Amino acid sequence: MSSPTLPIESDPYHIGHSGPDSSATGHGAGGPASKRIIVGYGFWIFLISDIILFSALFGSYAVLAPATAGGPAARDIFDTNNVAWETGCLLLSSFACGMASIAVGQRSQLWTQVALLVTGLLGLVFLLLEIHEFHGLLARGFGPTRSAFLTAFFTLVGCHGAHVTAGLLWLGTMMAQFFAKGFRRPIEHRYFCFSLFWHTLDIIWVAIFCLVYLVGINL
Amino acid sequence: MTTANEHDERTGDIAPGYEVASREDAWNAVRGYLTGLALAVLLTVAAFWASGTDLIYRPGVPIALVVLAVAQMGIHLVFFLHITTGPDNTNNVLALAFGVLIVFLLVFGTVWVMAHMNQNMMPMH
Repeated sequence: MSSPTLPIESDPYHIGHSGPDSSATGHGAGGPASKRIIVGYGFWIFLISDIILFSALFGSYAVLAPATAGGPAARDIFDTNNVAWETGCLLLSSFACGMASIAVGQRSQLWTQVALLVTGLLGLVFLLLEIHEFHGLLARGFGPTRSAFLTAFFTLVGCHGAHVTAGLLWLGTMMAQFFAKGFRRPIEHRYFCFSLFWHTLDIIWVAIFCLVYLVGINL
Repeated sequence: MTTANEHDERTGDIAPGYEVASREDAWNAVRGYLTGLALAVLLTVAAFWASGTDLIYRPGVPIALVVLAVAQMGIHLVFFLHITTGPDNTNNVLALAFGVLIVFLLVFGTVWVMAHMNQNMMPMH
């Protein structure tokens, strides 16, 4: 089942920078790209479209942030301590997810499950902190209907929270599949996509905690 | 261990990057993630510090925070998502560059257009 090897001359001008010494596939020389690379690339395109979706929410938040309609402004409701804990949880969760990737590469069931469990628990703590924050705002009457600022805030941060929730469900599925089916290739592809998804969620959170919370406190 | 080998024998189809990584590779990978974590923690602490300090010019704080955010996103991309400028990453980097262009147009375009429309509105009070 080995794929036919294309001659090096199929990329005579080295458009893909893939000289005879390079083992990188998918650039015309060295044969077609492996399934893992194609799966990863397709999912990367999806993640970039997701980042673009978030950028639209960031844009509308930036426009609507001053529109407080006599209600609270960002500096009145944001709690730096809570944001710091959320940031720490998500960053360590992303790191644990990287450790799980290495464990998958080592075909170690024990370490894969442990690292994924840590990833999931830290993600869960993040989610609980966020729910706690939202609940506190709603209890004080500062819900998304209070002002355009709060609408944009709840939409942006809530959309990230919804992504984390979906990620946690996906994570649980991956743990079950690794446990029940072992390190099969399709499951490894799914896990590879999950790890990209989880790291990307952390990137979006970096933008949220810096540009929404910390900038909001300082304006 | 056995599951993976059985599977490989069954399909007989081994793609590059599929072999079980050696212990040494795994430790190098751990070191890479630790480097990324340390840099991310540093930039996070710097962001929280910049937000609370009186040592820097106050109107400059939001700009400092934007710079720290972009720097940390870069750290995450390189150390966690492994987006590099190597020959095996050309497609990923091009897709990312296009994404960054669209994000830039959306965010700055929205802020720019809406700020001007706000200025041209009739005063409400």
